[in-house]
Amino acid sequence: MASTVRTPAAPTRPTGRPKRRWGAMVFGILVLCVMLFPLYWMVNTALQPESGLLEVSPVPHGLDLSGFRSALSDQGGNLLTSLAVALGAVAICLAISAPAAYGLAQFKLRGTRTIVFGTLITQMVPGIVIANALYSAYVDLGLVNSYAGLMLADASLGIPFAIVLMRSFMVAIPREVIEAAEVDGAGRFRTFVRVVLPMSRNSLITAGLFSFLYAWSDFMFALTLNTTDDVKPITLGIYQYIGAHVGDWGSVMAASVLSAIPAAVLLVLSQKYIAAGITGGSVK
Amino acid sequence: MSTTTASAAAGAAPVAKKAAKPPNPARIRRRRRLAQWGFIAPAVVFMALFFGYPLVRNIVMSFQDYSPSTFFTGESPFNGTDNWSNVFNDELFGKALWHTILFTIGSLIGQFCIGLGLAVFFSRRFPLNGILRSLILLPWLVPMVVSGVVWRRILDQDTGVLNSFLGTIGAGGDTPWLTSTSMALISVILVNIWIGIPFNMVILYGGLQEVPKELYEAASLDGASAWRTFRSITLPMLRPVITVVLVLGFMSTVKILDLILALTDGGPADSTQTLGTLTYQNSFVQLDFGAGAVVGNILILISAVFAVFYLRANRNEGK
Repeated sequence: MASTVRTPAAPTRPTGRPKRRWGAMVFGILVLCVMLFPLYWMVNTALQPESGLLEVSPVPHGLDLSGFRSALSDQGGNLLTSLAVALGAVAICLAISAPAAYGLAQFKLRGTRTIVFGTLITQMVPGIVIANALYSAYVDLGLVNSYAGLMLADASLGIPFAIVLMRSFMVAIPREVIEAAEVDGAGRFRTFVRVVLPMSRNSLITAGLFSFLYAWSDFMFALTLNTTDDVKPITLGIYQYIGAHVGDWGSVMAASVLSAIPAAVLLVLSQKYIAAGITGGSVK
Repeated sequence: MSTTTASAAAGAAPVAKKAAKPPNPARIRRRRRLAQWGFIAPAVVFMALFFGYPLVRNIVMSFQDYSPSTFFTGESPFNGTDNWSNVFNDELFGKALWHTILFTIGSLIGQFCIGLGLAVFFSRRFPLNGILRSLILLPWLVPMVVSGVVWRRILDQDTGVLNSFLGTIGAGGDTPWLTSTSMALISVILVNIWIGIPFNMVILYGGLQEVPKELYEAASLDGASAWRTFRSITLPMLRPVITVVLVLGFMSTVKILDLILALTDGGPADSTQTLGTLTYQNSFVQLDFGAGAVVGNILILISAVFAVFYLRANRNEGK
């Protein structure tokens, strides 16, 4: 259970002769092409503006960036909103779940088992149900159409996951290490900040990465907890775009490309954390 | 007692504290426990507010009368089981329930079978394996609304690339993927399968790596065929992982909203309306939060049944 974050292991079964290996590689590339075709098509369409009512050609003729230009002018602000909301959600998520994960992993308190159990359960509450109740509470609290409101709601997407993931990591920290730090005179909080957090760096990164992706991808809270255009993340912007601009798929797709960039960048930069997050958060 | 506070808060001045006062073990222990709860309390409060409260509130709301005017007057009188009977008598509810079942089962079967196939395939050793495997994750990482929008373009009946491709190879090419009541749900399921494949693949791939190599060696010494090996070794050894994948897949599929709204908005003629979209429609389009809460509660009930399976599977995973 301790091996949550690991570099992708080398495939185990060394099957076949070299020829078959190249055959497998070709097949693998083919699979990838099929799986990524829609994303290719998104980029391709984005580079062919004014194509809304026509068929799209398989490759863009020359680079026409006018789709990106209009997407940036229409949706640039929404991209920044998404970025702000997602970063805020990550901060809230880590600030709340890292100490909790540590506490649940290392302190012998009564009731912690129940809390861990509850954390697992909360991962299963449908978001629309939360939004349903949250909306009227937000109206009363004045949190509708606010950054803080959306950040908090989006943080809820990552918190249970982050607690479960980091806890499974922190359980493995040897008690002696923590005791040694406390004997050296560090307080509980200081031990946590100076010893536990650095040791759990990988799980912190994974948890942060995923809470960012959850918040960036969130559409439901953006849709339900905002009634004006004050706080409009890119997901909501694109959704409203297809209502208003059906003829201009070039711009819609350009906006989609822009909104997909964080996922692509994060995947390339930190693929091992992503793979670890998908398996770690679920099998645990 | 002030010394313990200081050490808990700042961690400074450690040496002096032991001699300062006669130790009072019970009090120290209580202090200590309090400080420890300080780590956990924010998370508990947050989860109570963002998960506990909505669960309770939804049950209460399902017995209240909400109308658009509620948000001006602030009045939402209790109306007994009116919401429940209204929802159950509306034929749309039955439809949405049926669509949810089809959508969930169809998506799960497709995602799982293809995901498992790819997981087995990628367990072979070949050049570029690692890179291809991680790039396949992209569809799962892209916001679901965005995937929906892209597929909406691809599946367009007249100008979409899928139909023009099918036309070119002489396989029809005039399918109303998203605009006919008979095709729309199938199309939505297909897109969701595409989204779910990476997730299934990664978890199953991880599971496959845990299967002891010796078992395969023994099987090949015994001259077992590939299919026989798969059925008698791989599948049984994967069972716990398979349970987890299916339950998690279920939990995330049953509540999907983004994808359906982006692809079809629940249409045409409600043919892709599910319990998730119906909750949204009731509450946020018709502003009847009572009816929305009823459908939401049913969604929770269904999820809860599967949550039990999940926790069972989770416990069997050991610790």
